[in-house]
Amino acid sequence: MQFPLSSSKPGIPGAVKKRAPLAWVGQSFLIILAIIVVAILGTNLVKDPSLFAQYFISGLQLGFVYAMIALGYTMVYGIVKLINFAHGDVFMVGAFVSYYCVARFQLHMWPLNVFPSMSVGLATILGSVSVILISMIVCVVLAVTIEKVAYKPLRDAPRIAALITAIGVSFFLEYFGALSFVYTPRFIPYERPFPVTAWYIQDGIHKVVAGVTPPAGAITFSNIFLIIVVASIIVQIVLQYLVRRTKMGIAMRATSFDKAAARLMGINVDSVISFTFAIGAAFAGLGGVLYAIAYSSIWAQLGILPGLKAFIAAVLGGIGSIPGALVGALIMGQAEAMTMGFISTPMRDAVAFTILILVLLVRPTGIFGEPEQEKA
Amino acid sequence: MEVGFLLGSLLKIALLLGYLYGLLRVMGHPKLWVKALGVLAAFAVIQVALTDFNGFKLLNAFDQGLLFQAATMTMVALGLNLIYGFNGQFSLGQWGFYGIGAYCAADITYRWVNGDARGFLVVGIGIILGGLAIWGIGAFLKRYRGIPVLSSFTFYILGVVAAGFLAVKLGALLNPLFAPLLGTPANPGPLASGLALQVVFFFAVIFAGAFTAEISFLFGLPVLSLGSDYFGIATLGFAIVINTLMVNSDTILPFPEMKGGRGMIGIPKLTTWFWAFFFLLVVIILMRNLIHSSTGRAIMSVREDETASRAMGINVAENKLLTFVVGCFFAGIGGAVYAHYIGFLSPGTFDFLVGFNPLIIVVFGGLGSMTGTIAASFGWVFFLEGLLRVLLSQMGTEAPTWRYVLYPITLLLLILIRPQGLLGNVEWGFLKSVKVASRQKEAGTPPTGDAPQSIQEGA
Repeated sequence: MQFPLSSSKPGIPGAVKKRAPLAWVGQSFLIILAIIVVAILGTNLVKDPSLFAQYFISGLQLGFVYAMIALGYTMVYGIVKLINFAHGDVFMVGAFVSYYCVARFQLHMWPLNVFPSMSVGLATILGSVSVILISMIVCVVLAVTIEKVAYKPLRDAPRIAALITAIGVSFFLEYFGALSFVYTPRFIPYERPFPVTAWYIQDGIHKVVAGVTPPAGAITFSNIFLIIVVASIIVQIVLQYLVRRTKMGIAMRATSFDKAAARLMGINVDSVISFTFAIGAAFAGLGGVLYAIAYSSIWAQLGILPGLKAFIAAVLGGIGSIPGALVGALIMGQAEAMTMGFISTPMRDAVAFTILILVLLVRPTGIFGEPEQEKA
Repeated sequence: MEVGFLLGSLLKIALLLGYLYGLLRVMGHPKLWVKALGVLAAFAVIQVALTDFNGFKLLNAFDQGLLFQAATMTMVALGLNLIYGFNGQFSLGQWGFYGIGAYCAADITYRWVNGDARGFLVVGIGIILGGLAIWGIGAFLKRYRGIPVLSSFTFYILGVVAAGFLAVKLGALLNPLFAPLLGTPANPGPLASGLALQVVFFFAVIFAGAFTAEISFLFGLPVLSLGSDYFGIATLGFAIVINTLMVNSDTILPFPEMKGGRGMIGIPKLTTWFWAFFFLLVVIILMRNLIHSSTGRAIMSVREDETASRAMGINVAENKLLTFVVGCFFAGIGGAVYAHYIGFLSPGTFDFLVGFNPLIIVVFGGLGSMTGTIAASFGWVFFLEGLLRVLLSQMGTEAPTWRYVLYPITLLLLILIRPQGLLGNVEWGFLKSVKVASRQKEAGTPPTGDAPQSIQEGA
């Protein structure tokens, strides 16, 4: 299916598609693996449904954050066939910029300082949105700079050279961020631009009051969770509109299909690539701010693992596919949350990379991926 | 003082590079007795430099540390160069295999000096049984063509798990035979002191290398078929997972003596200059002979063009796997030597971020250049880790961290300006390609080797 060249040609006996020998061994291995996973999840679901639901919610939260990062990976890979290692660090920079805006410069308070008569709720929303916008803009500038400085000169070099460059950029951002005049190499508590409110569900929705533990068996969720879900879905819709309906989106799809032909059709391929990096970085910046607000602790190497997991999510969903990134990210979020909940917290990275290997072995194009196009 | 220190250090680095050049030259000498004498002299020179003459040492303790570090780094980087430079498989997991080798060998000798032979026995029996299982399954699977990777992986993993289980049982069974002869750390028995301990150390290093090689076989089998950049991410994931397992070695893994994230202490410091030099030579000779064999030419042809080499009858998948296993074997040996030099293993040493150092070294030295890797490893350790760290620490407490900002920038500049590495394709003495042409002239027959001439030219 993925290799249209190997489709059987009538009349040639050797070319008739034969089933691979001993394929059942690998398939039964996968089935046993799946049965084990289902058994673990099933027993835990039966044992404590509310705990399961709680993990499910935290998995959704993670998944929607990963979705925002995965979009950047999937678009960049779709167009320049480069694993943009530095993307996770752009995500980290987004979190950092918002930290500086809030903790150092109090930028989230500007509406109240300028218009003291404004209602507090509106001022908080305005302030937070402006902080997020500043982070996104800084990320966009950073990503476009990286693209122009580090990746553009290597566009015709072997893919691995560009990958090493991407790793170098990623390293530079991490260690530069860890210098003490920029930041510190330690974890630091993140100050939120707006307070977190949590609710719990048990016989209706109640607000969680500080100092009072919610009753056992209640499922809690917070406003951050809702914001992340809404923001991630809005991002998906915006991106779908951008790619399907605008001229730039058409140019992006054309470039990803065939760069040389796109250039012949009068598309400015360089600006399309820059635009792709910019869009991905904007979403990563948004994700970074929301991630920092949700988990309220940041450090210079924050971006590595979420970045890698988002990449795995993009591969799982089918690299180059935008809905695939969302679906893959949701699966990754669930896998991570369930592993943390029911197997063992440190093994969550192992599960993520096992998923990567299995996906690449079983279905290299991912869930939504299309078979490789034959290109001249 | 600072100028004197600077000049002294630069002189030392220059002398070391000259030393390496001389060593490789003398090893490439056609006469065997010159080779043997030269290697012996090279060993003796450093040994003398490390000896204490009334409080004067040519190479002080700091330099000695750097020397051992450089030797281990050379082994790891040569392995990575084999995988990435010669075979074109972009691996980021070399540091994970290095860590496996270090922990494996450390566990063997640590248990041995503490009156427990199980580490030695289990790993020894395990690698033999595991090797037999892999060989047997490989022979069995040869009968079928076009098996899916997942199926063969299932076979191999079942075989190796069975072998490991058997090895643990056998080790526990045989342990009482050895345990009384080992004694305690305070009062070592006949097998845990003197020459016997050195022999055990030698086997521990070899076992660690073989263990690492078998792990890398199991990991490489499914992963090598993924393609270059996915392979990089998967190996990076492997390094991360290995680091996680090290941090949790006393909780998730059943090794309380590794003490998890607190670090494993009390490893006997058995690495002397003799052993470091010996294993360094072993790795260099193995690598050189592999590269200049027909297998080596096949390995390089896979890097240049997979389709073309498949058309030439080269089994691409097998060559990739072989290269990966040998490269990881070198990493395991390097890790084992390192563990017994430093005497203390902490998971922080094997963090995957540190693991980019061998990659930077290989890129600096030049992909596909053994000389470049060796020189770059020594230069890296002595110049950047030694000299620069000392100099920067005089400028302020914060300054040494600047190194980590400089590394990526230099890496970027190197890739952009001189992608073939500092030394390019220069090889010194021993590492130069064997002169096949002259031999052909003597024999007077056209080349009938199994690798075509064009591949040699491309390499």
